[in-house]
Amino acid sequence: MTNRGGRGSLLDRPEWLGPLMIGPAVLYIVLLIGVPFVLALYYSVSDISMGSRTLGFVGLRNFISVAGTTKFQTSLVNTFVFAITAQVLVMVLGTILALALLRDFRGKWFVRLLILLPWVAPISLGTIGWLWILDSTYSVLNWTLQAMGFLGPGDRFMWLGVPYLAMGSIVTVHVWRILPLATVILLAGLTSIPQDIHDAAQMDGASFLRHLFQITLPLIRPIMLVAGLFGLVLAFTDMIVIFVLTRGGPYDTTQVLASLAFFTGVQAGDVAEGAAVAVFLFPLLVAVAILLLRVARRSEVV
Amino acid sequence: MATVETRDVRKQFGDVWAVDGVDLATKEGEFLVLLGPSGCGKTTLLRMLAGLERPTSGEILIGGQVVNDLPPRARKIAMVFQSYALYPHLTVYKNIAFPLKAQGVARAEIPGKVQWAASLFGIERLLDRKPRQLSGGERQRVALARAVIREPAVFLLDEPLSNLDAKLRTSAREELQQFQRRIATTTIYVTHDQVEAMGLGDRIAVMQGGKVRQIGSPTEVYDEPADTFVAGFLGSPPMNLVDGPDVLVGFRPEHFLPRAVQREDGELLTLPLEVQRQEYLGADRLVYGTPAARFRDAKVIARLPSTVTTPVVVGQTQDFAVPVRDLKFFDRQTGRRTTPRAL
Repeated sequence: MTNRGGRGSLLDRPEWLGPLMIGPAVLYIVLLIGVPFVLALYYSVSDISMGSRTLGFVGLRNFISVAGTTKFQTSLVNTFVFAITAQVLVMVLGTILALALLRDFRGKWFVRLLILLPWVAPISLGTIGWLWILDSTYSVLNWTLQAMGFLGPGDRFMWLGVPYLAMGSIVTVHVWRILPLATVILLAGLTSIPQDIHDAAQMDGASFLRHLFQITLPLIRPIMLVAGLFGLVLAFTDMIVIFVLTRGGPYDTTQVLASLAFFTGVQAGDVAEGAAVAVFLFPLLVAVAILLLRVARRSEVV
Repeated sequence: MATVETRDVRKQFGDVWAVDGVDLATKEGEFLVLLGPSGCGKTTLLRMLAGLERPTSGEILIGGQVVNDLPPRARKIAMVFQSYALYPHLTVYKNIAFPLKAQGVARAEIPGKVQWAASLFGIERLLDRKPRQLSGGERQRVALARAVIREPAVFLLDEPLSNLDAKLRTSAREELQQFQRRIATTTIYVTHDQVEAMGLGDRIAVMQGGKVRQIGSPTEVYDEPADTFVAGFLGSPPMNLVDGPDVLVGFRPEHFLPRAVQREDGELLTLPLEVQRQEYLGADRLVYGTPAARFRDAKVIARLPSTVTTPVVVGQTQDFAVPVRDLKFFDRQTGRRTTPRAL
C-alpha cells in the first residue's frame, strides 16, 4: 500500500477506522452500564451507606443479613410470581394477537396502531393513566362495573389496596406494556414462514388446531424463545409499574427485588444492602441471558 | 380417479383479471399441462382447482361435482409445490405421514402406508432425515411421496422440476411420467418450460393473459398453432412470422432450409436470404437473415441440422426455401389462424 499521507489515509486503514467507529458504543456501555454495575457489585460487599465517608469490605454480610428478613423473602417470591405470570400471559396473548394481525381485515392498521400505542407512549405516563383507572375512589373501572350491574351501587374494588387485586393489577399493567414488543417480534417470526408451508398444511387437510400446534408454533419456536426470555429478563429487573402504582404495597405484597433495592438503597439510604438486593438475581439473569444468546444464534426459522 | 372441469372460471386481483374465463376439461387419468409465460394465470388457475383461492366467478368441478365451496381437504386432491413446501421441522417420515394423521387414518395403518409411498420413490433410507439434510432431487421425491400417500383422485403439480439442475430435471421428468402412467391418476401440471410440457403432457393448454389460447396434444399445438402467440411461444427459436399481402405468414425455422437441400416433391416458397449472422450450436446451425426480395423488412431464422453441410456465408445472399404445406397463415388483426392462400 502506498503512503498517501494526511487524514484520509488514517481513515482508510481498517485498524484505525474500526475502533473509531465502535468507540462511542463501547464508551457508552462502559460508562453508563459497566461502571455502575461494577460499583453495585463492590457496594454489595461493603459497608457503604449514605452520609458516611468510610468504605470497608464486609464480605457477604449484607447478603446474609438481608436474606434473613421477611421483607426480602416476600419480595423474592413476588418477583418470581410477577415475572413468570406476566411473561406467560404476554406470550399467550402476544401469539394470539400476532396470529390475528397476520390476516387481512378491514381496519387492520387501526388495530395495529392501538396495539403499538402502549409501546410508544412514555411508560410512566401510561402507568399514571392506569393509576387513575385503578384509583380507589374515582376508578373508571368500578364505575363501569357498577353501570353494567356487576357491582352494587355502593360496592367498589380497591384495585391497588387489596393484596391479590394489587398483584393482579400490576401484572395486568405490565402485560399491557410489554405486549406490543412481544407481538411485533412474534409477527416477524410468523411472516418469515413461507406461504407455501401453510398452503401445504391446508392441502394435507390439517385442522386449525393441528395446523397451529404442529406447523406454525414449532416453526416460530426459536423466535418465541427469544421474545419470552427477553421479556422475562425485563420483568425480573423492571420496577416502573410497581413504583408508580403501589410502591410495593399493600404490606409489601407487590414488592419485588428491583423495587426493594431502590427503596432500601436509595430512599432508605442503606446503599450496601440495596446493592446486595439488586445483584442477588444476577446469577439467574446471567443464565437466562446466556440461554437467550445461544437460542438467538441458532434461531433459523426454516 | 376423477376428471377436472372448469366452466368460465375467472379470478380478479384488484383491477387485474389473473384468470379470465377458462373452460377446461380433463380426461380420465390424463396428464394435462398448463403452459405459459410467467404471469399468464396458470398458477392462479391451479390454486383455484386446489381450493387455495376462490374463483371470482365460474364453476370448478371435480369428478362431476361442483367443488367451489369445498375446502382443499374435501376435494380429494394433492398438490406438489414449486418450493416443495416440506415441513422443515419434521423428519421425512413425519412429513409423509402428516396428511394421514390430519385425516385421522388409524394409527396402526400409518407406518405401512409411509413405507409404501417411500418405496415408490426410492427414499426409504431418508425417512429419519430432516428436509434440510436432503438434496433438491430428494426433496422433490419426498414432496411427491407426501402427495401420493392419500391416494388422491387428482394430482396438481406446480413447476415441480424448476428447482432442479438441468441434468436431474431430465431424469426426474422421465420418472414423473412413468409414475403417472403407473398410478393413472388425473394430473394437472403447471410449467413455463415448453420442453417439459411437450415431453410430459398428453395434452397442453397454452395460456396467456388469463386465457387458454389453445388446448391440444403436443403435436397439435406445435404443428397447428391456433394463433400467433402459440406460434411464437412454442419452439426454440420460435416460428418466423412475416407480413404477407393481407395476412401474417409463419414458418418454423427447421422447415426453412437452403434451397439446394429441400426435397422436390412439393411446392416450395423460395426466398433469397441475406445472411447476417450464424450460430453454431453443435446439433444445429442457426442462420439469421433478412429476405432480399419479398418480406423485405422481416427478420427470419433458419435452423439447419448438422446433417446439412451446405456452406452458408455471412454477408452473402443465398436461396432458402420452405415447403408451401408448412406455411401457416394468421389474421393480421386478431392473430388467429386463417385459411391458407396463395402468395
